[in-house]
Amino acid sequence: MTAADVKIKVENLTIAYGSNVLMRRVNFEVKKGDVFIIMGGSGSGKSSLLRVLTGLKEPSAGRVLIDGVDFDAAPPVQKKAIMRGCGILYQSGALFSSMTLAENIALPLQQYTDYSAATIRDLVALKLALVGLKGYEDFYPAEISGGMKKRAGLARALALDPDILYFDEPSAGLDPVSSKLLDDLILEINQSLGTTIVVITHELSSIFAIGKNAIYLDNETKGISAYGNPHELLKNPPNHNVLSFLTGGKK
Amino acid sequence: MALEFVEKQQILTVVLEGDLRRYDNREQITELSAAAQKARQVVFDASHLQQWDSTLAAFLYQLLLQAGVRKDKINLDGLPENLRQLLELALAVDRKPSSRSARKEGFLEELGSRGLEMYDGLKKALSFMAEAGRSLGRFFSGRAVMRPVDFEFALEDCGYKAIGIVSLVSFMVGLILAFVGALQLKMFGAQIYIASLVTIGMIRIMGAIMAGIIIAGRTGAAYAATIGTMQVNEEVDALKTFGFSVSDFLVLPRLLSLVITMPFLTMLADIMGMLGGAFVAVLILDISAPQYWQYSINAFGLANFLVGIFHGFVYGIIISACGCYYGVNCGRNADSVGVATTKAVVSSIVIMIVVTGVLTLIFEVLGI
Repeated sequence: MTAADVKIKVENLTIAYGSNVLMRRVNFEVKKGDVFIIMGGSGSGKSSLLRVLTGLKEPSAGRVLIDGVDFDAAPPVQKKAIMRGCGILYQSGALFSSMTLAENIALPLQQYTDYSAATIRDLVALKLALVGLKGYEDFYPAEISGGMKKRAGLARALALDPDILYFDEPSAGLDPVSSKLLDDLILEINQSLGTTIVVITHELSSIFAIGKNAIYLDNETKGISAYGNPHELLKNPPNHNVLSFLTGGKK
Repeated sequence: MALEFVEKQQILTVVLEGDLRRYDNREQITELSAAAQKARQVVFDASHLQQWDSTLAAFLYQLLLQAGVRKDKINLDGLPENLRQLLELALAVDRKPSSRSARKEGFLEELGSRGLEMYDGLKKALSFMAEAGRSLGRFFSGRAVMRPVDFEFALEDCGYKAIGIVSLVSFMVGLILAFVGALQLKMFGAQIYIASLVTIGMIRIMGAIMAGIIIAGRTGAAYAATIGTMQVNEEVDALKTFGFSVSDFLVLPRLLSLVITMPFLTMLADIMGMLGGAFVAVLILDISAPQYWQYSINAFGLANFLVGIFHGFVYGIIISACGCYYGVNCGRNADSVGVATTKAVVSSIVIMIVVTGVLTLIFEVLGI
């Protein structure tokens, strides 16, 4: 993999809350157009890693490079530009409850582009149609189901055509059918838009269905104990923890 | 850059050329969709398309929607692979959302709806008060499930933590009362009666009202926000499913602590208001401190004082009931917490003022 192929590079990253170290000197790379899974048990630091990758938390040590630019050390203007290039789907969808779905999606477009109102309206319609919510423009988040909120959150994350899409536990709280639909949508977006996708999950079905590459964050070693394609990792698990995780604890 | 169309033998070819990023020509959609409707087949030629973004995808999506042509009439093969996939994905789901009633209600219907809403609200409020009353009954018979730590926390929050703000505001109110009174009384050379004015005004009603308004904005709002957030986080549901009485657990400690502290806060407001008046009288109007003190003592009546304390007690019930009621009946989103908090404060103050009017009439009739 050449440097030009790398979208995200994590170098010697340490994340800690006070004296509580979650991960120590972690290194990994995500290539452009990848569907990259960050997996691990509860408390392994997956969500904290996402906060660092998206610039919501400063790393205790080490750095995160997006397209070769040190995210944390970048000047505020450049940092904001990088953040605008990242879409995030939070666990709950994190839609603004006082706005309709159309207003939620239009907000970043109004803030960061000079598109006309008609273009923004058409873009909103397209993004909602992409996630299967055609015609839901005027609905408020409180009026739709949990799965629909996630898809609407995804439409909002797609608003600015991000280079990188982060998903925080996309399957959490969804029934198997909705979860499968969301997995399919992630793959379709990856294929049609070429977006680099980073998914934080511990759902085995999603990991094997969509993951091209993955890392396993180990609670015990406070680092990465597996790195590669999930199916390959299942065939050749590097240690017992990874095997136990990927088989759902089966003996 | 260009997006053009050619029609030949009823086949409409949409030609995409050059850099079509930020494509914003919405007028073309109407023209193109009319042509697409007439055509037997719609095809695309993107052999010279260099770059595109979501704006082009949104344009083509709207075109296909507005043209309303059957899917078998559209051939997307001429589009770049990823653009074709994107459009196919957008067109794949053609489900309509379940319709919502958008019909505007007539005047009578709206009046009826409002009436029913008010009736429901009244029923809810009465059942809330009944449940709070039952909780009090359980408390006095020693059967209430109230954690002492919750009561201590609520008592601390509306007790000594409120002393500073109640003192400051009441002192300033006493000061303002004295100033305003002095302007009129000076004309008759009767400045000394400022002491009587401030003392009677503060201890009979102003002290209680000031303490009530401050506590409604401070503690009543906090009750609604805290319980409302618990409602949003499903903590209230968790309490219910455990079989706990929400009233015992959440309302009782807050109700008891405010009912206990409000009379004391009223007393504090009385004293601080009188001190504010004394400050103006002694330092600005040259009335001697012993003289002011003497007139204050003469004006101080036990009945006035007890009326003020009783008001404080009643305000404690009103503020805690409004705060807890709107918290418990809060919706399940972030907005609802704000609405609940606002309603709690506004209702507390409005009810306090109405109740004060009623109590004043009653005391007048009783000659107190």
